[in-house]
Amino acid sequence: MTANVGIVIVSHSPDVARGASDMVRQMVGDEVPLAWCGGNPDGGLGTDVADIMAAIDRAWSEAGVAILVDLGGAETNSEMAIELLDEARRGRVVVCNAPVVEGAVVAATEASGGSTLEQVCATARELSP
Amino acid sequence: MEFDEPVRRRLVRAVAEAVIAHAEELTALDQAVGDGDHGLNMKRGFEAVLADLDKIAVQPLPKALHALGMTLVMKVGGASGPLFGTLFMQFGKSLPDHPTKADAIAAFAAAIDAVKARGKSDIGAKTMLDVLVPLLAAANAGQADLPAAADAAAEATAPMKALRGRASFLGERSIGHVDPGARSCAIIVRAVCGALATP
Repeated sequence: MTANVGIVIVSHSPDVARGASDMVRQMVGDEVPLAWCGGNPDGGLGTDVADIMAAIDRAWSEAGVAILVDLGGAETNSEMAIELLDEARRGRVVVCNAPVVEGAVVAATEASGGSTLEQVCATARELSP
Repeated sequence: MEFDEPVRRRLVRAVAEAVIAHAEELTALDQAVGDGDHGLNMKRGFEAVLADLDKIAVQPLPKALHALGMTLVMKVGGASGPLFGTLFMQFGKSLPDHPTKADAIAAFAAAIDAVKARGKSDIGAKTMLDVLVPLLAAANAGQADLPAAADAAAEATAPMKALRGRASFLGERSIGHVDPGARSCAIIVRAVCGALATP
């Protein structure tokens, strides 16, 4: 079986990221590599580049990883995290522009059917206004 | 001028201490138009820079700037981390070990381009770029008082409507407040110029 695309959920709030991840698990079980992170390096609201890199590693799939983010800093920090990855992985991780909760569930559902990274992100992006 | 270790140490310390000293002011500005964490985030980042001061200042200037930027990226915890981090990292990457004034201006221009790409933004969006870009123009024009130019540019963000970042959610209500990131840039510029002027 080919590996499914992995999903990473990045929110300013660890509670939001954990909750969104629970909703994804309910939908797809263990069929999709999944990781979440949230909170700044002090544990307050925000995002942490090192945490995002670690989450990408936990959700790693040879098929690639789609990152769902909530607000600006989560996106900027996720893009920074991608740039700091090894060259072999860098090109196979993308930030999907979609609402974080709905996007994660839809992306994971698409991923569980064996879709490519491009298809997974395109499906999630359809949710964006 | 020669950027030997004492000069590098003085520069890095001056920038970090200035940002930390203004943390409350930056937070107050961010409470008006954003999520109110800019001062705290920048303080966290520059406290980490001070903690790494020995490791940073021992390196040649380009690598020292890059290391400073990477510390901000890893420690700030908000979009300012990658934005200010990228500014310092690209400045370092574009700078020779013994830069002339022309080298410094060229490297600063490259650093600004990197910030534009990182933030997908440009001048007029009420961001740090509204200080950095006019400052580059002032440096190119040979203006002597660069801190004053940076302060004026930061103040000039007040009547702007925010188009990027959390402040853009406020739309028209962002008008009338100085952008916190722009203010941070002005604080950093004044600290750099002050440290370079001190013998």
